[in-house]
Amino acid sequence: MDSVQITTDEWIFWKSQAWPAVKLNATIVFSWLVMAILAIGSWLVTRKLATGTEIPRFQNVLEVLVTGMRDQIRDVSRQDPGKYLPFVGTLFLFIGMSNLLSVVPGYRPPTGSLTTTAALATCVFVAVPLYGIASQGLGGYLKHYIQPTPLMLPFNIIGELSRTLALAVRLYGNMMSGTVIAAILIGFVPLFVPILMQLLGLLTGMIQAYIFAVLAMVYIASATKVLRETEEEQQTEDDNEAHVTQTTT
Amino acid sequence: MDSTAIVALGSIIMAGLTIAIGSIGPAFGEGRAVAQALSAIAQQPDSSNTITRTLFVGLAMIESTAIYCFVVSMILLFANPFWNHYTQ
Repeated sequence: MDSVQITTDEWIFWKSQAWPAVKLNATIVFSWLVMAILAIGSWLVTRKLATGTEIPRFQNVLEVLVTGMRDQIRDVSRQDPGKYLPFVGTLFLFIGMSNLLSVVPGYRPPTGSLTTTAALATCVFVAVPLYGIASQGLGGYLKHYIQPTPLMLPFNIIGELSRTLALAVRLYGNMMSGTVIAAILIGFVPLFVPILMQLLGLLTGMIQAYIFAVLAMVYIASATKVLRETEEEQQTEDDNEAHVTQTTT
Repeated sequence: MDSTAIVALGSIIMAGLTIAIGSIGPAFGEGRAVAQALSAIAQQPDSSNTITRTLFVGLAMIESTAIYCFVVSMILLFANPFWNHYTQ
């Protein structure tokens, strides 16, 4: 069963003669391919932007994507999406593109390797405190670690670490299972069934990209929203009190 | 039976048991979640957008437990850390 590789890290394209540690494996090659497709594609489309009633076809595609992502971010975070769109949108586009390309023969999704997904999850792990500190200051962000009581401090820290691990392993497991199941099925039903599994793989690939982006947004929103919620609660409480006092008088 | 055979036997049996037991719980959980979400959508079709989005995120959370079991059984089958220790 040589066809079953559970990671793309062992598929080596090029190896330096002088430095045996320096090598170019399939994960790096395919993630650079996806990055090149995204960057060159969006550069080509945004080179000639039109504002009239007739816009170019691919500009329409990108506008639909960006508008959809902004709407989703606004729904999830209930804040202005402009600040979060570059980070969360890039995560979604990169994961979605690398999962969608898996219909191309010879291509293996780089998200099917734990190194890529761990890197993406580390980005989220770093971005959450950055957004949190940017929105409510260092003290305000650190305060939510001891939020219910200071006794919860270790559990909050463990939760922060374990959700990063879960984010990485979820994406890796889903994409790896797709390729492994396809490889095993080719072994004994090579005719028609792998196509159905590929279709299912496309669906799960898109859903996983969506879920990764939404979870990243939820984590960031939970770090940034505490202050605003308490303000709003205070406001509504004040309003209620005012209302109550008015009605009683 | 030498130690390689014991490791191989244990790994294969445990890989099967891991994925079998580990997929029962998430299957029940996902079934319950989808049933509740469907009845919620049937009662309030207006908020089906929010329900669907939350459902997908929740399903991913539930499913990740099954995925962990799958990853563990794949490691046992194809990248067993004890295998190299005994074959060398």
